[in-house]
Amino acid sequence: MKLDIILRVLAKLLIPFAVMFASYVQFHGDFGPGGGFQAGVIIAAAVIFYALIYGLPSARQVVPDALVEAMIAVGVLLYAGVGIAGLLLGGNYLDYFVLAHDPVHGQHRGIFWVEAGVAITVSAVMLKIFYVFAGRRRDASEEAS
Amino acid sequence: MLNSHLPILLVVVPLLAAPLIVLLRRSLPSWIVATAASVATLAIALPLLQQAVSEGVISYAIGNWPPPLGIEYRVDAANAFVAVIVSLIGVFVMPYCRRGVAAEVRSEEHYLFYAMMMLCLSGLLGILLTGDAFNLFVFLEISSLATYVLIAMGRDRRALVASYQYLLMGTIGATLYVIGIGLLYLQTGTLNLADMAARLPAMGDPRATLAALAFITVGISLKIALFPLHLWLPNAYAYSPSAVSAFLAATATKVSIYVLMRYFFTIFGETVVFDARYTGVILLALSLAAMFVPAVVAIFQTDLKRLLAYSSVSQIGYITLGISLHSVGGLTAALAHLFNHALTKGGMFLVLGGIVLRLGGSALDRMAGLGRTMPIAAFAFVIGGLSLIGIPGTAGFVSKWYLVTAAMAEGQWWLAGAVMLSSLLAVIYVWRFVEIAYFREPPDDHPPSGEAPLSLLVPALLMIAACVWFGLDASWSGSMARAAAEALAGGWK
Repeated sequence: MKLDIILRVLAKLLIPFAVMFASYVQFHGDFGPGGGFQAGVIIAAAVIFYALIYGLPSARQVVPDALVEAMIAVGVLLYAGVGIAGLLLGGNYLDYFVLAHDPVHGQHRGIFWVEAGVAITVSAVMLKIFYVFAGRRRDASEEAS
Repeated sequence: MLNSHLPILLVVVPLLAAPLIVLLRRSLPSWIVATAASVATLAIALPLLQQAVSEGVISYAIGNWPPPLGIEYRVDAANAFVAVIVSLIGVFVMPYCRRGVAAEVRSEEHYLFYAMMMLCLSGLLGILLTGDAFNLFVFLEISSLATYVLIAMGRDRRALVASYQYLLMGTIGATLYVIGIGLLYLQTGTLNLADMAARLPAMGDPRATLAALAFITVGISLKIALFPLHLWLPNAYAYSPSAVSAFLAATATKVSIYVLMRYFFTIFGETVVFDARYTGVILLALSLAAMFVPAVVAIFQTDLKRLLAYSSVSQIGYITLGISLHSVGGLTAALAHLFNHALTKGGMFLVLGGIVLRLGGSALDRMAGLGRTMPIAAFAFVIGGLSLIGIPGTAGFVSKWYLVTAAMAEGQWWLAGAVMLSSLLAVIYVWRFVEIAYFREPPDDHPPSGEAPLSLLVPALLMIAACVWFGLDASWSGSMARAAAEALAGGWK
């Protein structure tokens, strides 16, 4: 792939739009189809696309393994943290009504952060699966040498 | 204020600990967080049980959406009692993990091990507390997926195969469960268990209810490892790290047994399950088969971990026998044995973990002369064995006593004989260890090993001691099992 200039240029052009589309799916999830899971998958797809064209090592430089693993955990913490925030503000667990003065606004705020958590974890898990499968032979040969 | 949030905190504390551990990455901090979280779960579970026993059903609406619309956590004496068992075992096992895991799991995977333990704990507690049929499935998957990973972390390469085998069987079980839930949902239009229980009687007893009952019973029986659906269990227990064997043997199957009880007695109700068809007879036959066949197989095992695993399948038979009697006495016996067997088998696996650490393997032949080289561990193991047999003065005796009394109250005198006979089989497999450990010379080429390190020995001994304690004074465990059985049989009113 290294010599294929058309693919490389096209990838560079498309990837920002893929990420843009992901954020549209993420933030428009309140009003239409979409949400954290779908957006997370699209973000992961953008990085996987990058890895396919520019090679796994450069993708791992852009989104390192440590970051991916941290993201998996941070997303879950964010989701569970929203629940705890509901507890601390005097409601039940995952109670969004108490997150703002206006209950409807509270629901909005709660779902926003929860979906953010979902997007972070889903994109990271998708990437982790890709890294593990794509890097399998490479890592094994590195261990052997 | 905090008191009213106990049901959700019990599940959320380990759930929060898991990602925190992944972020920490280092072995020691991960262990500290995991241990703190498991101590916290016990500190939450005990007052929760007290609250449930004194005040009856506790309902908690997640997100403040009132049930049956929103997801509800519904706690009574039954699930609070099993939650105490699970978190108690967690408190025994986590301190043990520090040395045990260092010896058995690759150091760069330690934090993942602790994270998985926390997810497994959270999943099991979630299964217990939730009052929503689909939420139960989600927690079943959380705990199962964590379990598959934990088993695969065993040092032996066969652990991978064992884990894969369990993954296949566990997934089939979970699928059957979801099909059953789907059928019930179509019929009743609700996923809330209490709501479902209230609506089912009005449906009469159509074919769909029967199908749902069949799917759920077989699906959950796979997770229970009820004979003859137990084939995944021996390998899974034998090749996983010792701490995992102890934790799983004491908790995972027990939680599934609770689910089966809940569906039989609270959701479907005794009339549908036992009076209208032969569920009781089938369950009785399978329990009797479980009490004898795996016990005989255990006698011929050459590996001590596998022997204990087969003994577990056999002991599960006593618990399901208690269910098949479908009386409060039978349920009390089943729940009491759930508690007592969790302590006994958990303790024995922990003792064995220390022995394996010194000997380098769990083959019975290696145990020769263990009574001299590791006297404390060997003695503790024998005490655990006595409890498996059901010698008076140990926890195992108490629950077998309840079981025999319950069988006699139903006029089933011959069942008492069957329990005695199957206990004799337990005598044989425990005696095999005694003979090899005490009456054979330690091999000459054997490196002098000495006792297991204290951090392994102390939790193991405490658990074995608890097993004697609850054998001598069964007032707490007995009354709790009784309250739990009454809560189950009384339904969620």
